[in-house]
Amino acid sequence: MKGAVGDATSRLELARGLLRRMEDRSDRSDAVRPAPIGPGEDTGGDVLPVAAPLRPLLPADGLRRGSSVSVASGTGSTSLLFGLLTEASAQGMWAGVVGVPGLGAVAAAEAGIRLERLALVPRPGGDLVAVVLALLDGMDLVVVAGAQRAGLRGQDRQRLAARARQRGAVLLALGAWPGADVELGCSEVRWSGAGRGAGRLCSRQVVVRSGGRGGAGVGRRAEVLLPGRNGAIGVPAAVPVPVAPGHEDTRVAVG
Amino acid sequence: MRPRDERGAPVDGAPVDGASVDGAAERVLALWSPDWPVTAAALGAHVPAHRPAAVLHANRVLACSATARAHGVRRGLRRRDAQARCPELAVLASDPERDARLFEPVVVAVEELAPGVEIVRPGLLALPAKGPVGWFGGEREAAERLIDQVAARTGVECQTGFADGLFAAVLAARRGLGVELGRSREFLAPLGVEELDREPDVDRAELVDLLRRLGLRSLGAFAGLAPADVASRFGADAVLAHRLARGLDPRPPVRRRPPEELAVELELDPPVDRVDAAAFAARALAERLHTTLAGHALSCTRLGVWARTESGEELLRIWRCAEPLTPSGTVDRVRWQLDSWLTRGGSGAVVRLRLTPEETVTAGALQMGLWGEVGESDERAGRALVRVQALLGPEAVVTAVLTGGRDPGERVRLVPWGDDRAAGSGSAGPGDLTGAPAPEPIGLGGHLRADPGVPVRPLRVVPSAAEPDARVHRPGTAGRGPVRPDDDHRPAGAGNARAAEIPQPAEIPQRVGTPQPPETPQRAGAPQRAGAPQPPEALQSSQPSSIRRPTRSRPLRTPKAAKDPVPAWPGRLPAPSPATVPPEPLPVELLGVDGRPVGLRALDLLDSEPHLLVLAGHPGRELSAWAGPWPLQQRWWAGGAHTEVRIQVVLADGAALLLVHREGRWWVTGIYD
Repeated sequence: MKGAVGDATSRLELARGLLRRMEDRSDRSDAVRPAPIGPGEDTGGDVLPVAAPLRPLLPADGLRRGSSVSVASGTGSTSLLFGLLTEASAQGMWAGVVGVPGLGAVAAAEAGIRLERLALVPRPGGDLVAVVLALLDGMDLVVVAGAQRAGLRGQDRQRLAARARQRGAVLLALGAWPGADVELGCSEVRWSGAGRGAGRLCSRQVVVRSGGRGGAGVGRRAEVLLPGRNGAIGVPAAVPVPVAPGHEDTRVAVG
Repeated sequence: MRPRDERGAPVDGAPVDGASVDGAAERVLALWSPDWPVTAAALGAHVPAHRPAAVLHANRVLACSATARAHGVRRGLRRRDAQARCPELAVLASDPERDARLFEPVVVAVEELAPGVEIVRPGLLALPAKGPVGWFGGEREAAERLIDQVAARTGVECQTGFADGLFAAVLAARRGLGVELGRSREFLAPLGVEELDREPDVDRAELVDLLRRLGLRSLGAFAGLAPADVASRFGADAVLAHRLARGLDPRPPVRRRPPEELAVELELDPPVDRVDAAAFAARALAERLHTTLAGHALSCTRLGVWARTESGEELLRIWRCAEPLTPSGTVDRVRWQLDSWLTRGGSGAVVRLRLTPEETVTAGALQMGLWGEVGESDERAGRALVRVQALLGPEAVVTAVLTGGRDPGERVRLVPWGDDRAAGSGSAGPGDLTGAPAPEPIGLGGHLRADPGVPVRPLRVVPSAAEPDARVHRPGTAGRGPVRPDDDHRPAGAGNARAAEIPQPAEIPQRVGTPQPPETPQRAGAPQRAGAPQPPEALQSSQPSSIRRPTRSRPLRTPKAAKDPVPAWPGRLPAPSPATVPPEPLPVELLGVDGRPVGLRALDLLDSEPHLLVLAGHPGRELSAWAGPWPLQQRWWAGGAHTEVRIQVVLADGAALLLVHREGRWWVTGIYD
């Protein structure tokens, strides 16, 4: 049994190698390109890219197709979400956002998301599951918010996650999502730029922590500017200000 | 007036119009008027026929007349190049509605002789050849009669072509040929594959390019491929193209006439006699039609537009479409048709409107390509979104477009999926001919302000404002020029609501008191972006909005065209913008240390230092930092002027908010989430 599987994979490798060589020879590698391989069979090349500062937090340095990621609600969650969408959107992927009536499109554009490929369904009402299922069929990334408010049950969540796996889409949940492959959250928020009646908000340094099922990046953390200057995600300056546990004090010092 | 032709009574499930079961195409007569956009535009603008003329869209030649072509003008040429080759060229704007309206007399003229006329697009119509050929005793005779008739009635020159199937007939009409029965495939074989990309509605440039690179240069070579290979390698659209190349009907013969109840009807009360009102009604009707069709998992490929006028006259016209109609494509066609009926006059206002899907195909029945990227993911995403629209209604799925404005909320326009993202932004952005960022006639503020953090104070047009004014000191930006984002602000007066008073930079008073040309305030707001290149302005101001093309049915296939304009509005908040913009502003209370509400002493001066933020029903949250206030005076010349004052606050728990003071209280208009 095992031998047969190994045989099949080696034959697949052989066939791919042949195809690649033919393409190289004809120097027309852009003319015919194999479609992305369905998820579940091979996830090696099937990772949607994310912005560089967030890469260390994710198991495969990106969002694996078919996986589900939850972003803990709270300060910084929407910006973190934008950070996750940015790179894929810039590469022409489609993203759908369900249940976020107040999405700041200007901030999304500043983060680098292409708005023409960001479809919004602000008020799905009672059809949340149906809407997300429909979007998972066509989008590369689907963001779900307000799952608690809509009374989503565990069964529905499993159904959505299964559809995402089947279609090779990434399901991003804003708010708690039990069973997510990766859980991300912001903490130790520190704004810079504003004083007491002076300056303006310029950038925000946060610590993003990741956890999740299995060995998926448990306990990893990264310091990220979210948003940085110009609204895009960034990395803090080379000499980072030590993040004190009592972060309120540091902010007062800013003012 | 003449009653319009009514097509035969529909029969459920019967093959349409004698399309035989094996998919061989019916005999079609195509009547084509060369360079129709130019002909129509020249008619509309009264340009004499001998003068070379061209229709331009987005600075490129869309179509040109034969005389212009003789001077070397070609499609796709830039305006300047075209005028260099032919200095006396009459440059005309593209206007699909005008094209459709002026084509109506041609259709009427043909209809007098032959029934079953379908408009493929303005300038091209098709009809079953059987009737006229039988009546006039031959194809040559029928062609002569039709051409004479059109020329006599309308003065329009046209050519005809006969062939099996619409595609071959259109190509034959371009060459003025009649292809013998059953020999369409031979006729098509030597023609180049680029003939597949002639329809303005369908973009097959990529496919044609790919075929050419693969060495399939003629339709015959392409037709020689096995259908299964085409389907598995090149995608759904290529399957259609392949059927065309083989001289078959583009869609498999399983199409069926839909049952009658799919037709949607609307009583217009009061009767509609204006095009815009009719178009508005058509929009709702088209949406209803598409909801119904989506419910049956169908898409419409041939649309019947039927109207009854006050005088009891019934008008019917059938539009045939190259690809399944989208809601906006439907609206376009209904609007064009109503436009031509109403402007023709004589039959009064429309009292009843009905849309009939004359021919449908199963939506999404054609499988998507396994290889290649013929807009596959776009189509897939588009279908998913249309399905959500069917669930929740067309307004429920939106994409955002950035437009001009000063607040995060007003800088975004939400466009329902399927609508043209560019429409409206032409007048809203600085794409105006004047370059003025004026979303509405009154949009350009007299009291323009620069970005917060940039030392420009409210401009006042009243002359006295040119004098030094004690109120204009900007805490936090005290004379240091543009604020660099990473500056650590410790102004001299930190802790004092009124920061150090420092004179304004010298350039400011010069601006005050004179109404500004639009460019100046834009630049004034720009110092923060001074290091960055400024392509948006340059790009946009070079594009007059008047020749921007109206909605086509494919809003998405064109990432190149869908650049989001980011107009530079002085006074808008600089990046980063709030990631959450509450749909309705939330009222909050801002309290000082002494527990009294914080108000304004002057427009840019708080009367005490804010300390606590209270959202109704929640405990107060302490502020750790705040910035502002920045006044914004807009539309002071119109009645009901309102002045807003904005501040940014950072709460002790790390949350940051954008507050606006308006109508005597504070509102949360943005959450830096």
